[in-house]
Amino acid sequence: MTVFLIIIVVALLGVTLWQISKILELSKPADADDSQVADNKDNNTQGKIMLAFMVFFYLLMGYSFWNYSKFYLPEASASHGADYDRLMFISIGIIMVVQVFTQALLHWFSYKYRGKKGQKALFYADNDKLEFIWTIIPVVVLAGLIIYGLFSWSEIMNPEETEDTLVVEVYAYQFDWRARYAGKDGTLGKANVRFIEGVNQLGVDESDPYAADDIITNELHLPVNRSVLFKFRSQDVLHSAYFPHFRAQMNVVPGMITEFGFTPTTTTKEIRNTDYMVDKVSTINDIRSGREDLDDDERNYEFDYYLLCNKICGVSHYNMQMKIVVEEEEEFQEWLSEQQTFGELMNN
Amino acid sequence: MSAVTQAHVEDHSHDHHHEQSFIEKYIFSTDHKMIAKQYLITGLIMGFIGIAMSLLFRMQLAWPEKSFWIFEALLGKFGTDGVMDPGAYLALVTIHGTIMVFFVLTAGLSGTFSNLLIPLQIGARDMASGFLNMLSYWLFFISSVIMLSSLFVESGPASAGWTVYPPLSALPEAISGSGMGMTLWLISMAIFIASSLLGSLNYIVTVLNLRTEGMSMTRLPLTIWAFFVTAIIGTVSFPVLLSAALLLIMDRSFGTSFFLSDIYIQGEVLSHQGGSPVLYEHLFWFLGHPEVYIVLLPALGITSEVIATNARKPIFGYRAMVASILAIAFLSTIVWGHHMFVSGMNPFLGSVFTFTTLLIAIPSAVKAFNYITTLWKGNLQMNPGMLFSIGLVSTFITGGLTGIILGDSTLDINVHDTYFVVAHFHLVMGISALYGLFAGVYHWFPKMFGKMMNKNLGYIHFWITAVGAYGVFFPMHFIGMAGLPRRYYTNTAFPYFDDLADVNVLITLFAFLTAFAQLFFIYNFVHSIFYGKKAPKNPWRANTLEWTAPVEHIHGNWYGELPKVYRWAYDYSKMNKDETDYVIPGQDFIPQNVPLHDNEEELNH
Repeated sequence: MTVFLIIIVVALLGVTLWQISKILELSKPADADDSQVADNKDNNTQGKIMLAFMVFFYLLMGYSFWNYSKFYLPEASASHGADYDRLMFISIGIIMVVQVFTQALLHWFSYKYRGKKGQKALFYADNDKLEFIWTIIPVVVLAGLIIYGLFSWSEIMNPEETEDTLVVEVYAYQFDWRARYAGKDGTLGKANVRFIEGVNQLGVDESDPYAADDIITNELHLPVNRSVLFKFRSQDVLHSAYFPHFRAQMNVVPGMITEFGFTPTTTTKEIRNTDYMVDKVSTINDIRSGREDLDDDERNYEFDYYLLCNKICGVSHYNMQMKIVVEEEEEFQEWLSEQQTFGELMNN
Repeated sequence: MSAVTQAHVEDHSHDHHHEQSFIEKYIFSTDHKMIAKQYLITGLIMGFIGIAMSLLFRMQLAWPEKSFWIFEALLGKFGTDGVMDPGAYLALVTIHGTIMVFFVLTAGLSGTFSNLLIPLQIGARDMASGFLNMLSYWLFFISSVIMLSSLFVESGPASAGWTVYPPLSALPEAISGSGMGMTLWLISMAIFIASSLLGSLNYIVTVLNLRTEGMSMTRLPLTIWAFFVTAIIGTVSFPVLLSAALLLIMDRSFGTSFFLSDIYIQGEVLSHQGGSPVLYEHLFWFLGHPEVYIVLLPALGITSEVIATNARKPIFGYRAMVASILAIAFLSTIVWGHHMFVSGMNPFLGSVFTFTTLLIAIPSAVKAFNYITTLWKGNLQMNPGMLFSIGLVSTFITGGLTGIILGDSTLDINVHDTYFVVAHFHLVMGISALYGLFAGVYHWFPKMFGKMMNKNLGYIHFWITAVGAYGVFFPMHFIGMAGLPRRYYTNTAFPYFDDLADVNVLITLFAFLTAFAQLFFIYNFVHSIFYGKKAPKNPWRANTLEWTAPVEHIHGNWYGELPKVYRWAYDYSKMNKDETDYVIPGQDFIPQNVPLHDNEEELNH
């Protein structure tokens, strides 16, 4: 008997549940299915993941700064570089403060105010004072950065040209660089692509009396602590002369001569012996020693300054580089005197 | 005038209920909702191709000159023995940039949502000109086909970078991609510009003339403000790109010298004399920079709407948001020179452009702060669209901040054209705009297809993407500051960069992770179109007019009369005068077509 009663009760319960579910189903409008709209549980989970994501993001930023800051270029080897680096560090500092602060607010609010049943949002449409504050703060900070930046910019772009300034032409073509020094007369001979013929690779005008003593080289040698003015010329397409260690860059444009000037302050020998470079080179040589595709010479890397092309210029763009040597004035003069002049080149 | 048009359209919608043929309905449709879907699907397909290309060149960057069968399979003779050819690398980089910027983020984002939302949110039957709208899509389609066909040209597709600076892009002698491939690139872009202009003019006219009764400009949802202003910037700047493209075509094919001068190449002096590549740079960036905002503003507009709806709060500082959009639009047209600080232009111009560029940070900051304040004390509904919107604010801040470094002419000297720039613009316009696109798709999918997307797949999609995107682009800043140039086929020519190789591997792995996450989206998107849960009329309980329209798509959007508008779009969680309950008891939103109640305070909208 009890078994029979239990069976009836269970059956009735079943029928009741079935009816309830049917009523629930019917009580919804026919086409409404909001199962794909975030419910209370989703809001809770997603809000928490938002907080976890914030932790991930801060860890990623921390990890990157901790491990990758060392990639920042060594102390600048040109006189304007200290100013450049200072402005860079101030800017990065400000940026990171704002970044840490705003990302924290954004993710924290996303977590804290995640939807809950019965929670009421605040109807808060406007606040002139608040908006004024966060308009004026960026205005002031940016004004400071702009002023600092503009002073540095006008100093860098208008270097003082004295009698002592060394004028060097940097010449670009697919896919290499040449340097041309003015020689004893201190003036570069005229040049145009229309004069290019045979060994006269740079199109120097032979009839120009200033041209004969010009010196054309495959390496860029610079005397330390002497201001250098570069005049850039391209034979074919756009290139960009990028001297990362000197915080200098200028596009090389066919049809016009562009300029950039700086004063190198650290010789190649000096920078090789800095802690930064000793560390860096030993890391690189550790990596290279494990590589079987390199021969012994290549495994033993020694740092040299370089000039590289930084404007897409063709298929070998990635390997358009020139070695730069910064040395004492005497060494520079000695090296220069060993080079063939343009006149000699043409007469040979 | 507009009233007359409106009346006519209404008549029209009452009189005809003719059956449309398949071609009229799905192919040469003049219905803005169908055109929006066409834009979206074309844009997504182009996006798939663009992202796949980035994976290929990321593989080359992580494992330079290694052999992969996939290179041989996909690149053919440009991947002989599975090793990527340097020319193919540049081609991939170029076409990836072109496709993502123009075909995905301009047409796919703005094209889709301007078309879908402008008529629906302002209460119009359709665009001002359905025919021009159809033409705009089909021109976009043709230009996409031409762009993709250039991949199969024997001499290779355009490979001078997406900016296609001459002389490299003008001279097939300089790089083989500048032959037939470049010609097709230019033709494709010229058609694309025509398409974009037809679209933009239509959007502008529609917003100005076809707003329903009561929809004043200050009651427009921020989405519409963003699309409207975007269309204006597009109309102002795209023609300049067209002129640049035309002059380049003339230099290439008709021997003119607008951009070329003093060139000696392959043993010959060219006859071109007197032109300047710098002129091209000015023309290109006169579009190129506004283009960033053409991409970004619609994403920000979508975000404003999605955040307000899901936070159940009005967007904070509506007027400030509109003012910011206008300020950004105006400033965006006078900052192009910051791409050219080291181009050889006069350094004084550099100072001017630094000034205007840093000015643009101010409205951007205002927008970011307003989003954060909108979240404050909200009741956040964590739908996938909302997650992507929050993600957008995050990447917009991270990427925008480094703009302060790049916009400063001094600091730009040493990070110009390095990976620092790549990291910056991918975060601030690439990832942010993509998040905007995804937010829009998740949010308006019910409106487009009458179905719901699966939320759990949406969550997986978002979180993997969010982790992956930062994993790719945050470390990238650091290799940029090490002086690593972009667009290098391999970095092995410089032993100095050897210690950066590990970071490049890490970035590539994150790139694969991010791309993998998109498969969830594709599956969810396609599956939901056919098998998704049927959508309710107003699933997100939103205020804007599109949710008052029937779920099924009808010609003319609304049965009977057009809805009238009595309030702005952001009356979420508004309390009655006695502060006892919401204005409509038990309902935390008041759609725009609900008249003012006696017990509510009137706002200035």
